[in-house]
Amino acid sequence: MNRFLVPLALFALLVVVLAIGIRHSPDKGTIASPLVGRAAPGFALPSLTDAQHLVRSEDLKGHWYVFNVWGTWCVECRAEHAMLVEAGHAGLVPIIGLDWKDEDDHALDWLAQLGNPYQAIAVDHDGRTAVDWGVYGAPETFLVNAQGVIVYKLVGPLTRESWTREFVPRLPRRAAAGF
Amino acid sequence: MLPELGQFALILALLLAGLQAFFGIAGPHLRRDRWLDAVVPAVAGQFVMVATAIGCLVTAFVTHDFSVRYVAENSNSALPLFYRITALWGAHEGSLLLWIFILSCWTLAVAIGAARLPARFSARVLGVLGLVSFGFLLFTLATSNPFSRLIPAAPDGHDLNPILQDPALAIHPPILYTGYVGFAVAFAFACAAMLEGRLDQAWARWTRPWTTAAWSFLTVGIALGSWWAYYELGWGGFWFWDPVENASFMPWLVGTALVHSLATTDKRGLFKSWTLLLAILAFSLSLLGTFLVRSGVLVSVHSFAADPTRGIFILAFLIVMIGGSLALYAWRAPLLRSTAGFELGARESFLLFNNILLVIAAAIVFGGTMAPLIADALGLPTLSVGTPYFNPTFLMPILPLLALLPIGMHANWKKGRLAEKRRKILATLAVALVLSLAVVFGIFSQPKLLALVGLALGPWIILSSLLDPIDRWRRRLTLTPSVLGMAIAHVGVGLFVIGITVVQSFTQEHDVALARGDQTALGGYEFRFDGVENIEGPNYDGVRASIIVSRKAVPLGTLYPEKRRYWVQGTVTTESAIRMNRGSNLLLALGDDLGAGRWSVRIQVRPLVNLVWLAALIMALGGGLAGIDRRYRLAARNATELATGAAAAKEAAG
Repeated sequence: MNRFLVPLALFALLVVVLAIGIRHSPDKGTIASPLVGRAAPGFALPSLTDAQHLVRSEDLKGHWYVFNVWGTWCVECRAEHAMLVEAGHAGLVPIIGLDWKDEDDHALDWLAQLGNPYQAIAVDHDGRTAVDWGVYGAPETFLVNAQGVIVYKLVGPLTRESWTREFVPRLPRRAAAGF
Repeated sequence: MLPELGQFALILALLLAGLQAFFGIAGPHLRRDRWLDAVVPAVAGQFVMVATAIGCLVTAFVTHDFSVRYVAENSNSALPLFYRITALWGAHEGSLLLWIFILSCWTLAVAIGAARLPARFSARVLGVLGLVSFGFLLFTLATSNPFSRLIPAAPDGHDLNPILQDPALAIHPPILYTGYVGFAVAFAFACAAMLEGRLDQAWARWTRPWTTAAWSFLTVGIALGSWWAYYELGWGGFWFWDPVENASFMPWLVGTALVHSLATTDKRGLFKSWTLLLAILAFSLSLLGTFLVRSGVLVSVHSFAADPTRGIFILAFLIVMIGGSLALYAWRAPLLRSTAGFELGARESFLLFNNILLVIAAAIVFGGTMAPLIADALGLPTLSVGTPYFNPTFLMPILPLLALLPIGMHANWKKGRLAEKRRKILATLAVALVLSLAVVFGIFSQPKLLALVGLALGPWIILSSLLDPIDRWRRRLTLTPSVLGMAIAHVGVGLFVIGITVVQSFTQEHDVALARGDQTALGGYEFRFDGVENIEGPNYDGVRASIIVSRKAVPLGTLYPEKRRYWVQGTVTTESAIRMNRGSNLLLALGDDLGAGRWSVRIQVRPLVNLVWLAALIMALGGGLAGIDRRYRLAARNATELATGAAAAKEAAG
């Protein structure tokens, strides 16, 4: 046995580990967030569309919902908006928006122009709630179950692929009951 | 138009790299010496093409061409000119282009510097470098094209990641990459020597200046990155054992071993096969680092967009380059026989310990970095390893390494007796011990064992490093750059040990909630919070707090920690305020608005923290000085004379 083969053998072992690592890496985004599997942070924020009411996490308990963080200043949010509108129309699950560090009138213009996929929109002017949710950059989209636990987090724009592959299969059969 | 030109230039560069690799490797192998003449023109042509591509991308950034996707994603019309240029390497595609550009710079330098070496050997070196470049160009064009268009063009860009909008971080990647990529040169020399079967010590001597230069750049690059993390991330730490940091630190550790092992091979003809292996390893770890950072297999605070297809490509490339070179090694290294022996206690034995301990240290970092992946591969639960693993385990090989350093540098080649140097070494140790006791009990009056050890080792290394230069100076002998460089680099090590020991042992930290007019004290300083005000910059707004610092009621000045919100990405960054006072670093970071005018503030008093980075720069300076020693140029000239002489003798005989 040639001892100079040892480095090559060790390298072969490393290649196997790395290959497995790559095969698993597409799910990394879901494991990466420490919040997945934990209770969704609570909030009570003014509503964008109805100044008299608050949007409160308490009121959402018992329902599955999608929590979408967006802002009119965010280019990628514009890219995902059409998909959100489509998902909203499908009505599988209510979509709650968090309008992050935005101007209210800009946000209202945007919804008038592009359509409003949201059941309710909470306004987070100072970004505190987004920080609680561990938001790094908009858009980010969370899926929260009836127990108020975050089951999935998507960083970056929502696409048809991620919606059908990651969100829809996670929903219970009849999550669609509105609230 | 220009982006298409850039892409076209990259395609031409790919073809030229292919030619360079083919003629450089096949030419000498098939003994077609005329093919060798094509290698240097291919190197030059490739350099021009890559430079053109970089120029096109910079132009796109400077002129706000948001029809280029990469520009739209990493720039913005409000971004200042300086950051528009450095945004070039702000994300994956541009970083790769920078990697390739730096490789082509090194290759050009080698083509010029190695012109004096035997023609076949230098052709092989350039051929191997061409192969590396070919792989990276193919990767860029196939998976990460920086010139792809965005149709329709974006009205404005998404902006450069705000945490990258900082002068230190703007220049950190080019310097770091220069170090990383520089190990490709040592790798190419090792591969060329193995391909040629020319495994005498000549290749080690030719490689030394290149390796030392690459090592110096890597040292500065890592230090800059750590300095940036210190003041920008706002957590007050300078090393986080983050996968991306480790990816640069592993090649550094192995590179340090390589620098020392090359010296042994050069001077004594020992460790030949080991040196070859280290040269392969240092560059392999650079490649592996690229893989870890780019493929997204490891999640890190620094990591750019992850993409598994990129991961597969890099993995294939790793298999070709690392697997190929290790196979070559398994084939050629058995031919090597070391003839010379040495005694325990001779300089060779100390260099052997140096190598073993540094490689163990690199293995520890490697194990910690790869642990999450290995656990994943074995189906174990998700595992992540942090400072509690790295700090104590890393010290295990490093403490003996530091303790052997002041003795080993005075040991003689071959002979195990220290003879008359012994008394001097013991004298420096005694001085260092007294200093250590004085500092730990006198100044900080906190008896901590590690602090005592570190503060004895640091001064001991410094004093011992200075013995030789002082002795030579007193005897009016010439101080060659290599002797001086080695002493300076080792003084840097000693200063680094002192710096890190003091910071780690005697830092004081305090998180407080302060309202306007509130005062708090830490480490002999008083801090008075004077409220916050709103600020606005070119592409951000935010708040700035004023905190008045005084020591024993004598005011030292006002510090202004900031929190900035960058408009386009909405990201909040912490700009801590730092002030030096009597060697201590006062660091103030503004936390959250707690309401009712109260803010959370983190206060740290870190003694001697600047010494850590300064020491790294001194190490690099020593390396740079040693690398320019005249004897390497003489060695190259002798090699040509030897080769032409041998050819002439052959002709005369034939």
